[in-house]
Amino acid sequence: MASPQMVMYEEEFAQVQAVTNRLVQDSNARVVFVIDKNGQLISASGDTGDLDTTSLASLTAGTIAATGGIAELLREQEFATQYHEGVRQNVHIQVVSGRAILVVIFDNRTSLGLVRLRVKRATEHLTRIFEIVVAKAQDPFQSSPFAEITDDDIDNLFND
Amino acid sequence: MSFINYLSREINCKIVYYGPGLCGKTTNLQYIYNRTNPDAKGKMISLATETERTLFFDFLPLEIGEIRGFKTRFHLYTVPGQVFYDASRKLILKGVDGVVFVADSQMLRSEANIESMDNLRTNLAEQGYNLDALPYVIQYNKRDMPNISPVEELRRLLNTGNVPDFDAIATTGEGVFETLKSVAKLVLTELKRGAAR
Repeated sequence: MASPQMVMYEEEFAQVQAVTNRLVQDSNARVVFVIDKNGQLISASGDTGDLDTTSLASLTAGTIAATGGIAELLREQEFATQYHEGVRQNVHIQVVSGRAILVVIFDNRTSLGLVRLRVKRATEHLTRIFEIVVAKAQDPFQSSPFAEITDDDIDNLFND
Repeated sequence: MSFINYLSREINCKIVYYGPGLCGKTTNLQYIYNRTNPDAKGKMISLATETERTLFFDFLPLEIGEIRGFKTRFHLYTVPGQVFYDASRKLILKGVDGVVFVADSQMLRSEANIESMDNLRTNLAEQGYNLDALPYVIQYNKRDMPNISPVEELRRLLNTGNVPDFDAIATTGEGVFETLKSVAKLVLTELKRGAAR
């Protein structure tokens, strides 16, 4: 298999959530979320009420994948930072340690400069957390929920 | 690459629908979307051209139930089928857990099917995957069209690995859920096997 499965345990999840909660406050952003590069939402903080975070996660991963493709064609390593400016809202996207994506949605209550500054610090914290996540995923002694799943459990899922 | 979140007790897996242009990949997802309980699905996203040809991908998140207290979600993606969108197809295959190859049963599309299957193998290999080692099923779509190849011939040309295969008419839904259930089951079985290793 090309890449190991990503498993997020409670401890690291709480750490990621703490970083995103703090980033919402420090940068005065509307929403902050972290997704993995394949488009799975890991955590979200702030005013997520009416946001379709699942779709946002998938589309953000799509844009990162697409610009990664452009980078490859230009023989760049990657474009780690992206910024989309709208009329009322803006989106700042940052790749974290090649594995995850940190997304900040903000409006005119803050500035791009402040968001950039706070994202930088949050990225350092998240990088350390994801190093642990990756190490744990490769540890053969870590249990997987699948270890206890039986064929019957899988069959039962598909019984109409 | 599946994603397991212990805190929210969720398992997320990625399934990609692959196949030649106009074979019915998007139609499969649209049928699944239309026939799924609103609680079990998210919004379907289609990044398409003005003429409704897939430009980048379609995306449909689907919840199929719980296994041992873990909510099991599948993220279904399609690739753009047209030959010149190859760079986009490669990107969408990243992190794939299972593949559905949708073949167009019409005789005239025989070559396009083979070309797309070869392209799938090449693009997977570039990312370090081997199609024969992946959870993977084949769907022979458009069985209601005139001038179609017999299933035996399609099987001989495309299903060399003898994986589960299904006849389908995606526009009416025939074979659509059978295909999805089969690949979803293979993905979960593979994850279970991986955990036991």
